[in-house]
Amino acid sequence: MPPEPPTRPNRWGALPLRVLFVVALPALLFALWWLASDGSTNVYWPPLRTILKTFPDVWTRDRLRADLVPSLLRLLAGYTAAAVVGVGVGTVIGSYRKVRAVCEPVLEFLRAVPPPVLVPVIMLFAGIGDTMKIVVIASGCVWPILLNTIEGVRAVDSVMSETARSYGITGPARIRSVVLPSASPQIFAGLRQALSIGIILMVISEMFAASNGLGFTIVQFQRGFAIPDMWTGILVLGLLGFLLSVVFQLVERRVLGWYHGLRDSSRRSP
Amino acid sequence: MTRKRVRGGGSTGRAVNAGLGAAGLAAFLALGEAVPRLGIVKERYFPPTSRIARALGDQFTEGTFWTDLGDTLTGWALGLAIAVGAGIVVGVVVSVVPYLRETTASTIEFLRPIPSVALIPLAVLLYGTELRSVLLLVVYASFWQVLVQVMYGVRDVDPVAEETARSYGLGTWARVRHVLWPTALPYVMTGVRLAAAVALILTVTAELVIGAPGLGARIAVAQTSQAVPEMYALIVVTGLLGLLINVGARSVERYALAWHQSVRGEVTV
Repeated sequence: MPPEPPTRPNRWGALPLRVLFVVALPALLFALWWLASDGSTNVYWPPLRTILKTFPDVWTRDRLRADLVPSLLRLLAGYTAAAVVGVGVGTVIGSYRKVRAVCEPVLEFLRAVPPPVLVPVIMLFAGIGDTMKIVVIASGCVWPILLNTIEGVRAVDSVMSETARSYGITGPARIRSVVLPSASPQIFAGLRQALSIGIILMVISEMFAASNGLGFTIVQFQRGFAIPDMWTGILVLGLLGFLLSVVFQLVERRVLGWYHGLRDSSRRSP
Repeated sequence: MTRKRVRGGGSTGRAVNAGLGAAGLAAFLALGEAVPRLGIVKERYFPPTSRIARALGDQFTEGTFWTDLGDTLTGWALGLAIAVGAGIVVGVVVSVVPYLRETTASTIEFLRPIPSVALIPLAVLLYGTELRSVLLLVVYASFWQVLVQVMYGVRDVDPVAEETARSYGLGTWARVRHVLWPTALPYVMTGVRLAAAVALILTVTAELVIGAPGLGARIAVAQTSQAVPEMYALIVVTGLLGLLINVGARSVERYALAWHQSVRGEVTV
């Protein structure tokens, strides 16, 4: 579970000071990079000035549409499929003790396989098109979601589930209003792990065999020794990873707001 | 949240569970044998379990397999060691020195989600297929796992204990050693366990994509030469390796935390 650090009483209250804390180090690092690389004649470490100047030329609107959008769509498709399958199957496995015992060793093994090695296998089945990439992303993302859902579902408070049962809340209603909410903090932990795996797999599947996508483009630049262009690609991937994680945090904060609130208040009053 | 590891049941319950698990595994293997034999999936794409097992046996008799396995393990262990060492040192320093945590927070939050594979092109250019390019990726990816856990762990230090240690006149080093470290250790162990898994993924990935010698490169070769059973056998090996690393990390964790009463709330990032 990503624990939101309890907001500490702010010792240095003043807003300007806090802003300073946030921007000081990034600004310093940026300046260092700028200065250290400015006179650089090393082919592999072009001056930051050059990289930034190349950036708008490389990442034009056309390129964004041709590379970034397909990448993101594949990531979205694979991730969504993994989430649906992971939560669905995980709820079933987590609800029945026997099923869990039967599946556990197999799942442990499948989870332990490093997801990128599945790229060659899935290429056999699905060729090198979009299907392959979506399946690769889904097959890597599904494990953390599945296993965390199982954990979350089996840890549902027994008093709560007995109460629900005695009120006659059973079947789908029970899953919707008791099991899933109670497992959701764990499910979100899985979703978060899956997100970074998904990005990795998105890039890797495009590095193997593709005609578009971020991974493909960056490798193209590297092979063509277009070093500043390659650097801009790395920056784009970094920004993308950062943005997706911010979006995820916002969604999580909305969905799990009740849970963090609960935890904070129980921390404050021991 | 607390994870309930083994719930009730005692030894008989565990034996039943193990039996069911073995049955599940057997069913899984049987399914892998039956599906291609019945022609549901082409054998060319998915060889039956027995053929994968034979290919696996053949691998074990080949000398190059063991060298490749050794290369993978070297990359994994070195990368993990560097990442854990750096993560602990940086994490403790950042948390202990006043103001450092506030000033570094935004940078860490920014750098952490950057996918490590973004560095693949750079690694290729700088170090080619050397071990160093594997290490670059592995260390980058696993460092954050450890660092963030260390920082959460240090934050968890009981203020009363900290104040007590201070009022007894313990110096910075003694406080780190006797107050901070024991509190943070469970978190550190979780971080190491996560980092161990991530390090394996990145080691194999780097070998697969960059071509640095190791199991990953071997899989890539098997794939391009259409040696399908060998490819599956090698994937099984990486899975077993991952399993061993998970189990190993868990037992190290249990050993290092033997003194620790509860199973800690697990913080996953």
